[in-house]
Amino acid sequence: MKSDRLFGVVIIFGALAYAAGALQIQTSFMSDPVGSKTFPLILAGVAALCGLVMILKPDTDPDWPNARTFGSLIVSVAVMIAYAYTIKPLGFMIPTAVCAAILSYQISPRPVPAVLTGIGLSIGLFLVFKYALGLGLQPFPKSWF
Amino acid sequence: MELLSNLALGFGVALSPFTLFLAVVGCFLGTIIGALPGLGPSNGVAILIPLAFSLGLDATSALVLMTSVYYGAMYGGRISSILLNIPGDEPALMTTLDGYPMAKAGRAGDALVLSGFASFFGALFATIGLMLLAPVLSRIAYQFGPAEYFALYLLAFSTLGGIASNNQAKAALASCIGLGIAMIGLDNQTGMPRLTGGNLHLMDGIDFLVAIVGLFAVAEVFIFIESHGKGSSIGVKLEKVTLPVRDLVRGIGTMIRCSTIGFIAGVLPGAGASLGSFLAYVGEKKWRGGDRSGFGKGDPQGVIAPEAGNNSAAGGALVPMLTLGVPGSGTTAVLLALLMTLNITPGPTLFTDRPEVVWGLIASLLIANFVLLAMNVPLVKIFVKILTVPPWVLLPGVMMVSFVGIFSLTGSYFDLLLMIVFGIIGWLFRKLDIPTVPIILGILLGKHMEDALRRAMILSDGDWTYLFSSGISIGLWAFAILGFVAPFFLRHIIKKPQAITD
Repeated sequence: MKSDRLFGVVIIFGALAYAAGALQIQTSFMSDPVGSKTFPLILAGVAALCGLVMILKPDTDPDWPNARTFGSLIVSVAVMIAYAYTIKPLGFMIPTAVCAAILSYQISPRPVPAVLTGIGLSIGLFLVFKYALGLGLQPFPKSWF
Repeated sequence: MELLSNLALGFGVALSPFTLFLAVVGCFLGTIIGALPGLGPSNGVAILIPLAFSLGLDATSALVLMTSVYYGAMYGGRISSILLNIPGDEPALMTTLDGYPMAKAGRAGDALVLSGFASFFGALFATIGLMLLAPVLSRIAYQFGPAEYFALYLLAFSTLGGIASNNQAKAALASCIGLGIAMIGLDNQTGMPRLTGGNLHLMDGIDFLVAIVGLFAVAEVFIFIESHGKGSSIGVKLEKVTLPVRDLVRGIGTMIRCSTIGFIAGVLPGAGASLGSFLAYVGEKKWRGGDRSGFGKGDPQGVIAPEAGNNSAAGGALVPMLTLGVPGSGTTAVLLALLMTLNITPGPTLFTDRPEVVWGLIASLLIANFVLLAMNVPLVKIFVKILTVPPWVLLPGVMMVSFVGIFSLTGSYFDLLLMIVFGIIGWLFRKLDIPTVPIILGILLGKHMEDALRRAMILSDGDWTYLFSSGISIGLWAFAILGFVAPFFLRHIIKKPQAITD
């Protein structure tokens, strides 16, 4: 009940923000009967209506994960963001091994298999990407060689 | 006779050694993807698109490869449904209802063989249907102007939101979010930026592949992290695999009925494969005497029905996708994304301008079917081995493939971050029971839908009644409204079976 209601409120505010953004769209000298604002405004209207329905007729609440699981989800997101930023400067192998190991540990908290998974995936996927698919990946940081 | 010459053209393309090789590789990969718990046709195809694109294949080869993966994943999905009670995607849910009880009763091998044949029959039926129906529909599609296309897009969203979902408001919301995302970027007609918030990265809009991989693949990783991979490694052992001739013969009628239902459901734009398998299962249960039948307790016919319906719908969904550019299911939406990436515009002109693409595709689907039957019935044991890949190895792998795929396609950090954001949205929406397929469809079709509306208004000089001026568009509007409203009443009559738990 509560989750749907809360989300409905978020949607209505989001739709308002979207509509406000749509009203700011600059028009040019070329214009057509509909214009570039109408369709986004209709969408914002329908979305707000859906948000309202969710507030008035909420479904039962899903089972939200406990605090510890939320913790591992946040860790995973952080790891993914770090991976996005390190894959180019540090090359493929090291970030992949580290990130895959951490993610694996989040799914099944056993350190040794997690580390082995990380290393295995890093090497295995590198070989597949480089030789089977021919992607131009850099295995290690450029400054090493 | 035109059909035969077209088919000859198609087989000329499909039987070249390289294309044939791609079809076999695609089927193999697809079956593996389908069999892996947590990966289904849509996310499997989604993570492979960027990679297939970076291989630099020509349009026909890429299409053959990916549709083989698509068909393969539809076949393979039943393996994890039956042995692990984990459906790879929504359409496969119906297979778990009888498949898993059968496996628990020690008939896992029978269930796999029967569902393999049912899949073959359904897919073959649908491919032949596609062959006959698509050229006809493409001729009708020539009469579609912008007003009709607008109504058609609306129909796709409303059937997806109405019949195929649990909650209309949530599905409509998801469509709006997708369409709203599609608006971001430069306006096609005025050339001015819209809703970019001044961010240069958003000027070209949001790449649909980023959204697809995020919503389907990255979200799946979060789901598994949340469940800590529980309940996924306990499976049922597969003993001997024999051919259950009696059940198979008894199932012929079921296959014909369910393939027909599935194909019709698949052709409906937006409704797609989940509706196909659902209607096939529920319809067959009614046919066999409702609750008095063994359905739900491990009846072999209860495995045959949804699999025939599911695979037939998967083929049927290709009809509106190829002829009108409107996908009929989540996975065909992903395939539409592939076509758009390859710069092929689906629609009636595809059949006249690039017959080698269409007929090559149809011929490879026919070939793929036989390859898949061979792979899935005698060789099923190999794929069952794949189920033993634990999720703590599989999902980090899925994530790495997603990242490398998107990175090799766009080379931008911004897109990777966006993909993570879509992953979080996908997880959150799954928790709140908001479907994510309409978002994808919205992102894919948003620009087209708006263009259709604006062009219609230019033609009529701003007269809104033009939208309802032809018989075709009135019919489409009527179906759209009916498709969205009817489930309110039908929900009391037909109850959607929910997943069973041990």
